[in-house]
Amino acid sequence: MQEFTRQSILILADNLMILGQRLGEWCGHGPILEQDIALTNIALDLIGEARNYYQYLAETEGKHEDDYPMLRDAREFKNVLLTEQPNGHWGDTIARQFLFDCFHFHLLEHMVASSDQRISAIAKKSVKEAAYHLSFSGDWVIRLGDGTEDSHQKIQRSVNKFWPYWMEMFTPTEAEQHAIQEGILPDLNKVYEAASSKLESVLAEATLIKPEGQHSRKGGKEGFHSEHLGYILAEMQYLQKSYPGASW
Amino acid sequence: MTNTLSLEDRFQQRIDNEEKIEAKDWMPDGYRKTLIRQISQHAHSEIVGMLPEGNWITRAPSLKRKLALLAKVQDEAGHGLYLYSAAETLGAGRDELLHQLHTGKAKYSSIFNYPTLTWADIGAVGWLVDGAAIMNQVALCRASYGPYARAMVRICKEESFHQRQGYDILLTMMKGTDAQKKMVQDAVNRWWWPSLMMFGPSDIDSPNSAESMKWKIKRLSNDELRQRFVDMSVPQAEILGVTFPDPELKYNEVTGHYQFGVIDWEEFWRVVNGNGPCNEERLAARVQAHEEGAWVRDAALAYAEKQKQRNSSQVA
Repeated sequence: MQEFTRQSILILADNLMILGQRLGEWCGHGPILEQDIALTNIALDLIGEARNYYQYLAETEGKHEDDYPMLRDAREFKNVLLTEQPNGHWGDTIARQFLFDCFHFHLLEHMVASSDQRISAIAKKSVKEAAYHLSFSGDWVIRLGDGTEDSHQKIQRSVNKFWPYWMEMFTPTEAEQHAIQEGILPDLNKVYEAASSKLESVLAEATLIKPEGQHSRKGGKEGFHSEHLGYILAEMQYLQKSYPGASW
Repeated sequence: MTNTLSLEDRFQQRIDNEEKIEAKDWMPDGYRKTLIRQISQHAHSEIVGMLPEGNWITRAPSLKRKLALLAKVQDEAGHGLYLYSAAETLGAGRDELLHQLHTGKAKYSSIFNYPTLTWADIGAVGWLVDGAAIMNQVALCRASYGPYARAMVRICKEESFHQRQGYDILLTMMKGTDAQKKMVQDAVNRWWWPSLMMFGPSDIDSPNSAESMKWKIKRLSNDELRQRFVDMSVPQAEILGVTFPDPELKYNEVTGHYQFGVIDWEEFWRVVNGNGPCNEERLAARVQAHEEGAWVRDAALAYAEKQKQRNSSQVA
């Protein structure tokens, strides 16, 4: 496997792994039992998809699927900064999820046509799940935006808070550019167009204002993270690192 | 008065004939109250039970275990939903029942007031706690109240899957390093007695049991179920290579059962009455989730109301 393909797959996998890990923190603490179940469902889908990419890498590199999430350190993780941001309140989690789902669903929709058979197969399998995630988070953005005055203000603030992380998902790294040229990844401009149009229609229905002109924050895809990631990994990798080589 | 008596007689006759009682059927107040108490306690136990295991989701040691644990805790939330729905068929709404939980009026299974300290606890909870729960729940699949019995059938299927997963976690660890084996034995030592307590007080001290048996809400007594659980667990422990912390545990040739030591009933009542290791934390976590979710539930209601008005004005 070429290094640019490997880097591109790690970005895909780490995004899902870290966001799934964040969502797992909600399990048992949701505002409504049904929503607790729904969020856990999304966590299961995301980590399940991440696992498929890790397995692909592991088979190619003669490693174990767990080596990637459990043994690498923060600088080697390639997830976008959005995914590692703390859960905050329900509105924060929903806003973060909605921004990610806009990207993720449209990415998969285009990635079904990947020149890499394995990646195309994973995209085909996951795109239906991502469609559900997008409709779930989009519906909640609308419900909160067009709910009470309080929920309207809260979700607007949440969208504003995560807005600086929006563009990183669509801005290709050098490795991704290479993968796009080879047809392994789809054109991120096209993904951006589709994602933006979905985002705008949901925000409009939710009576929310699309934030403009903020500084864009990036670096995660190159391994330059926020301080949050170290704590996520400390928790996630604690057993594997405390008992090196043990099977669980 | 005569009419009420004959209604009760007819009701008991249906129970004796193994007919299922359904939501709209006449039933004595006591039957309804007993069921609401039992079903809601069970529902609350599922929801509170998500906490000690949810505690390990972010630390599960592999992708496989993390996915299985997420799915398991999600199943418990689902069980809570089935059971709250079953209670609703008896006229007890979810809001009211949750209020009782949050204000400490309603109980939940005391087992969840013990902490999950190591990863082996997740295995031990699956094996022993879910194992004990299944013992109780299989009997409840034949409970006389139809909606409850049907909810239990679905729940039992998933619980036995959880139990196997828990056992598999321990088996894997017992094939591992000395540190892992020690971790398993320590977890089993801590969970064994509380698991035996899950069956409730001894039959002679169980105030509601006789009536529940008459109404066939309960089919087997606390002590009978506890004995079955011990008989099932001892051979499983041998395969696993762990021991239970009870010097009096031994096979009795005459009865054909394993006899075991005396349960510490003082500890049992202490934890039931709110003074276990995690009672405060568990309740606080539930109350916090509920309170912090209030604005979300308000928003969902307000939005649904707006949609209803929009739809009706469209029709008009």
